[in-house]
Formats: sequence, structure tokens, C-alpha cells
Amino acid sequence: MHVEEKMTYETWPAAPEKSTLESKNKFLGFWLFLGGETVLFATLFATYLALKDKVPNTSQHLAKDLFELPLTFVATMLLLTSSLTSVYAMYHMKNFAFKKMMLWLGLTVLLGAAFLGLEVYEFNHYVHKFHHTFTSSAFGSAFYTLVGFHGAHVAFGLCWILTLMIRNSKRGLNLYNAPKFYVASLYWHFIDVVWVFIFTVVYLMGMVG
Amino acid sequence: MTNQPLSSGNPSVDIEYRRRKSAEEMRYQIISFTLMIFLTLVAFAAVAMKGFTAWFTVPFILLLAAVQVVFQLFYFMHMSHKGHEAPTLFLFSGLFVGLTGILAFLTVVWW
Amino acid sequence: MSTIAQKKGFGATLWDFLTTVDHKKIAILYLIAGGIFFLMGGLEAVFIRIQLAVPNNDFVSAGAFNEIITMHGTTMIFLAAMPLLFAFMNAVMPLQIGARDVAFPFLNSLGFWLFFFGGVFLNLSWFTGAPDAGWTSYASLSLHSKGHGIDFYVLGLQISGLGTLIGGINFLVTIINMRAPGMTYMRMPLFTWSTFVASAMILFAFPPLTVGLTLMMFDRLFGANFFDVTMGGNTVIWEHLFWIFGHPEVYILILPAFGIFSEIFSLFSRKRLFGYSSMVFATVLIGFLGFMVWAHHMFTTGLGPVANAIFAVATMAIGVPTGIKIFNWLFTMWGGSVKFTTPMYYAFGFIPSFVMGGVTGVMVATAAADYQYHDTYFVVAHFHYVIVGGVVLAILAATHLWWPKMFGTMLNETLGKITFWFFFIGFHLTFFIQHFLGLWGMPRRVFTFLPGQGFDAANMISSVGAAFMSIGVLVLLYNVIMTSVKNVKVGNDPWEDGRTLEWSIPSPPPFYNFKQLPLVRGLDAYWLEKMDGKKGMTPAEPLGDIHMPNSSFIPFMISLGLFIAAFGAMYHVDKVAWALPVMIFGLLVTFGSMFVRSVKDDHGFHIHKEELQEDKGAKA
Repeated sequence: MHVEEKMTYETWPAAPEKSTLESKNKFLGFWLFLGGETVLFATLFATYLALKDKVPNTSQHLAKDLFELPLTFVATMLLLTSSLTSVYAMYHMKNFAFKKMMLWLGLTVLLGAAFLGLEVYEFNHYVHKFHHTFTSSAFGSAFYTLVGFHGAHVAFGLCWILTLMIRNSKRGLNLYNAPKFYVASLYWHFIDVVWVFIFTVVYLMGMVG
Repeated sequence: MTNQPLSSGNPSVDIEYRRRKSAEEMRYQIISFTLMIFLTLVAFAAVAMKGFTAWFTVPFILLLAAVQVVFQLFYFMHMSHKGHEAPTLFLFSGLFVGLTGILAFLTVVWW
Repeated sequence: MSTIAQKKGFGATLWDFLTTVDHKKIAILYLIAGGIFFLMGGLEAVFIRIQLAVPNNDFVSAGAFNEIITMHGTTMIFLAAMPLLFAFMNAVMPLQIGARDVAFPFLNSLGFWLFFFGGVFLNLSWFTGAPDAGWTSYASLSLHSKGHGIDFYVLGLQISGLGTLIGGINFLVTIINMRAPGMTYMRMPLFTWSTFVASAMILFAFPPLTVGLTLMMFDRLFGANFFDVTMGGNTVIWEHLFWIFGHPEVYILILPAFGIFSEIFSLFSRKRLFGYSSMVFATVLIGFLGFMVWAHHMFTTGLGPVANAIFAVATMAIGVPTGIKIFNWLFTMWGGSVKFTTPMYYAFGFIPSFVMGGVTGVMVATAAADYQYHDTYFVVAHFHYVIVGGVVLAILAATHLWWPKMFGTMLNETLGKITFWFFFIGFHLTFFIQHFLGLWGMPRRVFTFLPGQGFDAANMISSVGAAFMSIGVLVLLYNVIMTSVKNVKVGNDPWEDGRTLEWSIPSPPPFYNFKQLPLVRGLDAYWLEKMDGKKGMTPAEPLGDIHMPNSSFIPFMISLGLFIAAFGAMYHVDKVAWALPVMIFGLLVTFGSMFVRSVKDDHGFHIHKEELQEDKGAKA
């Protein structure tokens, strides 16, 4: 199958993200990268768990003082739903429905941006109300590194999906860009996986004490 | 749900089969999503409600997180499909290395 | 693009190498860069041994000595051993599996340039003050190191490490997805298997290093408190992070070395490798266990008896699969027809040297005993025996073994043997006596020692050994130069007993490697065909158009951008006005180049069937 061949609904393969050698390689390469990212985030979690609540004096706030359930819940719902919308986008891609795929990718980006906005508000809140900053304690450094690193991944993912959407807006689907959309959506699911552990280990466990 | 090569010989039958399979999979995705929301709600509820000690809540919410991640991996990320043997091996190996590190940091950093 | 060799000018050749995505040319780049860093690391070693040749020496100051030992270790492991092994993995592995290139040629180039710029960045520290906290850079010391030495270390290794991680993923995907028809996993040569396992280890070991370096960078440059005890931090976290990376790293070094020796033993015994399945199993087991033992570098930090016991036992367990390998190599030779070529000399030298390093490894693995050995020259002796006796001997052997495949000429055998003897004798002179120095109580990382403690003669002997090793290396350099000047070309299979696929194609191969992908009928695929009286491999496909990747300057630009940004990041803490703009500019170059790569289509090009048919010089 030639990569720039104009496809139709009938000629579109069952697994467009894996139909050429190059796309098979990208598919596998990206999963392997996610394996490495798993170790990376696990290391950051380990560091956070070791430094949780380690502050230099009693005037500084601990996890149970900082985190609130409603904010965390809204953030989680936003990101989880954005994972579902990207699943829809891939469903439409498999069915060669370009415009619908773009619509659902757009929704994914909006939800992701809302999550990020909420996180910026949250960090701002901690810095100004609780003086809980990156430099105020080991706990602060560990918290902002872990959660901030995840946020940076969300931001990068948004740029990635937006770039793909804009670049391919006039092209429609073909075997060259289908694997690109698929890989971006895998990435997006992965950062939702990381968030599940963040809200559990950082926020929920933090509030339990 | 596996991505099997289709070959009934009749292209329009193949397409119809694929369309139905896709739609069926999409239903499974929605069910997964609903379950994930439910698991999240239960986790938040466990923390919000009084009457549970940390000794119960912490392992409980970790278990809920693990189950939710399994749904993400196997349904949203299609790990249950054919052709995902190598990804599965490497992701779980990475998880194993990561968990060893986490275990170490929980036990031999502060003494 | 014509497949006939073109007469190129210097500028054109330079541009070719700056933009190449061909695994064979990238291998040569790794070989040259790794070789230069090996010479620098060697010079650093010579300076160490000059300073320690006599007591109370003042060849270098204490501060300079600390910088030299730090740079020696860091350069040798990260900038010499890893890249040289990458050179061989890049040059040979795709040929051994019957592939036309690696899975991601562009990323292959990016991996090289990241390593290169990271290495250059680190070595620029010599001008303003090199890192001086040891190659392990423990936080208690490195956080308080004055000047920017440690920042050069952190940022340089971060950039280089990214390159290595990319390379690891590349090799994994290549081996999983791009094997020729008929090449099942259990028909892959051992060097390919060891590349596979080492690459998997790279994938899992480098992220903790990335995290550790990032946390150190945050602490030193951005005011974080991970390792600052007064702010709630903990310095032992650095040690854990470093060694969770560091221990798998040494197995990442040794496994390809084992793979190289497996190829050499079977080729030059004219006999298949003994116990192939157990060799594969042992390789995988070493890879797995390598992640379970890191705290044996931390026995004396106070982990407690339970942790110490667990890590001690796990460490000793690695001796078992390693022992299996040693026996299998010996059994490969038994009953074979041994040809004593230069690579075989190195293989013979490797067995006793590495075993000695291995048994002292079991000694230091005994946690209670390690309280005596830790931070003495005994440990220095142990790890040099396994690294020099294992990895360096393998690299020198592989240089001879695969030189014809990479360059089309043969290194001189007599000069090769002279190098071997000087290097091997020098190696044992330097490091054997250090076991005793350690047991007699000489600590490591000391810039001098007082006379009259019984250390004098031993240190002098150790330093003489360094001179021998230097002579050996100089002879090798002479060998390389003479071979290149004489330029006597060789054929497909210059060792005449090639068993694996790389020997079935011309030396050096045409840029597309295989005109037609070969059909693999079993282990030692080429040897099988030879035994059936065939001249070459049976093709697995008809002659057709070959799809090849385009060259690109973008990898160079991406790496250059990070190099520039690192300077900005480093000097930002000094509050100079240009630091932040420089950092932003560098990041813009990097991300801008990545963006260009993403949006500009790149479909590669095709070599047409007709061109391949004319190309008589390059028979598949």
C-alpha cells in the first residue's frame, strides 16, 4: 500500500495505524517509549513518597492541609472524559470519517486545556494562600516536580494534537498521517493513566494522612 | 476483541463486518468509561467518608487505581488486541522496575 | 541516487557525515567520537597514575586530581565504552538480522548527535573547572561543589543520556520488527541477542538517571530541596537513583561484550556456539537480575541488615548465568579447530581476566566483608578487571573482527598482536597489585599517599602498567593509520569462516545492505548455506524497488539547540543578563527543528530495480 494513496471507505485497511512497515515501527517504538516513561514516572512517584510531608519547620503546610476533594474530582473528570473523546476520535479514524475524528480530537484538546487551566489555578492557590512553593521545602520540590511534570506532559500533548490537526486539516486521512494520530492518542491515554495514580497517591492519600 | 485480518472473499461483507465490530468495540469502550467513572467516585467517597482508617483506605484506593489503569490499558489503549504482545511485555517490565524502585524508596530511604 | 561509489571532495564527505541517517556511517561516527573520548579518558588515567606513582607527589593539585578522576570515570563509561559498543551494534546488528537499516534512521542520527554534543559540553568544563565529585557525584559533595563543574556533568550527561535512550528504543524495534524471513528469535546471532537485552536495559535504566540528574539540576540551579537535609531533603535518594541506573549500566556494557566474544569464539573455533539456548537464557537472566542488585553499592550507608542481605544474595546470583556463559565459551572451543587471530587472542585474554573480576565481585558482594573493601583500591581493582578485562578487551577485539566489514580493509595482524600483548600485560600490571593495595588499606579517590605505609612499590608498579597500555594503544593507532593509507581491499568474508549474515555481503556493504532480503534457514545462517555448497544466501524476495530514507541536517540542529540551551541554563544561576535569552534561544532552535521535522513530509526515496540490476559491483 503506497503511503500517499488516496483511500476511500472501502479501501481503508482495518488497522490503518499499522499497515506499513514504517507505521508498525512507530507503533511499537511508541509503546516501548511508554514503557520507559512508566519507569520515569514511577521514579518521580518514589521520590515524592519518600519526601512527602518533609518540611523544615512546623509553620509549613502538609499534604492534608493543602489538597481539596472537589477540585481534584473536577480535574479528574475533565481528563478522564478527554480520554474517552480521544477513543471516539480513533473510532472514527478506523471508519475513515475524517471530519468526525477532527471534531472529537478538538473536544479532547478543549477538555485537556481546561484541566491545565484548573491546575494552574490550583498551583497559584497553593503558592499564595499556603506559601507552598517549589523552593519552600523538600515536600514542595517533590510535589511540584511530580505534578508539574505531568502537567508539562499534558501541555506537550495538547501542542502535539493541535499541530497534527492544523497540519492535516486540508489533507484528509491517509496511511501517512493515520499512525501519527494513533500514536498521539496513545500518548494521551498514557497521561490519563499517570493522572489516575497522581490523584490516588498524591491527593487522596495526602488527604487521608 | 482482536483485530483479525478479514477475508470472507466478499468486500462488502468484510466492510459490514468491520463496521459492526467497530461499533461493538465502541460499546465496550463506553462501558469501560462508565466503570472508570464509578471507580473514581468510589475512591473519592472512601476518602470523604468518616469511619475508615488509613490502613483500610490507602490499600483500597490503590487497588481501585490499579483496576482503573487496567481498563485504560486493555480497552482504551487496545492492549487486549492481537499484535500487542511486545508492548504488553515491555510495559509490564517497566512497571516491575518502577515498582521495585517505589518499594525501595518506601523502605530504605528513611531509617 | 546512483549506487556506484562517487569520488567526493572533503566538503561533500563532511556534509554526507553531518546529515547521514545510514546506520553504517553513523557507526563510523560513533567509532571515531568514542575513540577520541577513549584517548582522552586514557590520558586522564595516565595523569592519575603519574600523580600516584610516588608518595607525596605534586604532579597535579588535589583539586585537579579530583577533577581528573571524575572525568576519567565519566568519560570512559559514558563517552567511550557506550558509544564504541553502539558503533558495533549499529554497524553489525542490522546486517546480522538481514535488515536494510534500523527502524528509525533519523532517530539513529539524532541519538548520535545528542551523545556527541553532550560529550563535548561535558569536556568544555575543563576550561572553567571540571566536575570533581567522582563519576557518581554523590549529592552531599556535589551540591556544595564550587563553580559550574557539576552543572557541566548534570547537563552534559542529560543530553548524552537522551541520545542513548533513543538508540536503545531504535535497536529494540529493529530487532522485533525487521528480521529477515526465516529469522526467528532463536536463530538470531548472540551479538544480536545481547544488543536486544542491553537495549531493553537501556530503556528501563536511563529514566532513573534522567530523574536523578533533573533533581540535581533543580537543586543546584533552581533552588529545589531534594537533597538538602535542612529543608527536609535526603541525600541517599541521589545514591538510590544513581545506582538504580548505574548498576544496570554496567550490565549494559558487559552484555554486548559477551555477545562479541560469542561471535569470536564460534567463528575462530570453526564450530557453532555451545549451548545456544542456555546462552540466550543466561543473557536475559543477567539483564533481569541486573535491576535487582543496585544497593550493593550502598552496603555501608546504613540500609540495615535485611536490605543488605537481600541485595548481597541477589548480587551473588548473577554469577550463575555468567558462569554458564564462561563454560559454554570453553566448550565451544573444545573439539573445534582454533585459529589464533588477533580477536581470538583478546578472547583468550578475556576469559581469565573477566573471571578474576567476577570472583572479586562475589567477594565485595558479601555485605559484611564489604565494610572492609568499600572505598578502597580493592573495589577499584574489581571493577577495572571486569570493565577493562571484559568491555575494553571486547571493544579492541571487535575493532579487529569487524574492521573489514565497516571499512573494507583489514587491520594488520602482527601489529594487532603487539597491541594485545602490551595492553594485556599493562592491564594486569596496573590492576592486579591494586587488589593488595586495597587490602593493605589504601583508600580510593585520594590524590596522594604518605611514604612508609608499604604502598610505594605497588603504586609504582601500577603506574608502569599504564605506560604499557599507552604503548599498546599507540600501536593500534599506528595500525589504523597504516591500514587506511595502504587501503588494501578485501572481499565479503575475509576471515574465511564467517557464520552470520554480515559476512555474506560485500565489505563494506552497499548502502542498501541487501539487494534482496535473504532467506534464513537456521542458526548461523550463512554457514548453513556454505555447508550446502552455496556461494551466498538464497533470496527471500524477487528483485524490486528498494525504499530508503532521506538524509537530514535536523538531528544536528536539534542537538546543537540543546547544547546552546545548556549554557544558558547553567549560567542563569550567576544572574548574568545573557543566560536566560541564550537558554530560550537554544530551546527555540531545538523545538523549532523538531516542529519542522514534524510538519515537513519525508517519504524517503526509491532505488529502482533497473539500477540494482546494473549494480554488478555490489552482489547480494
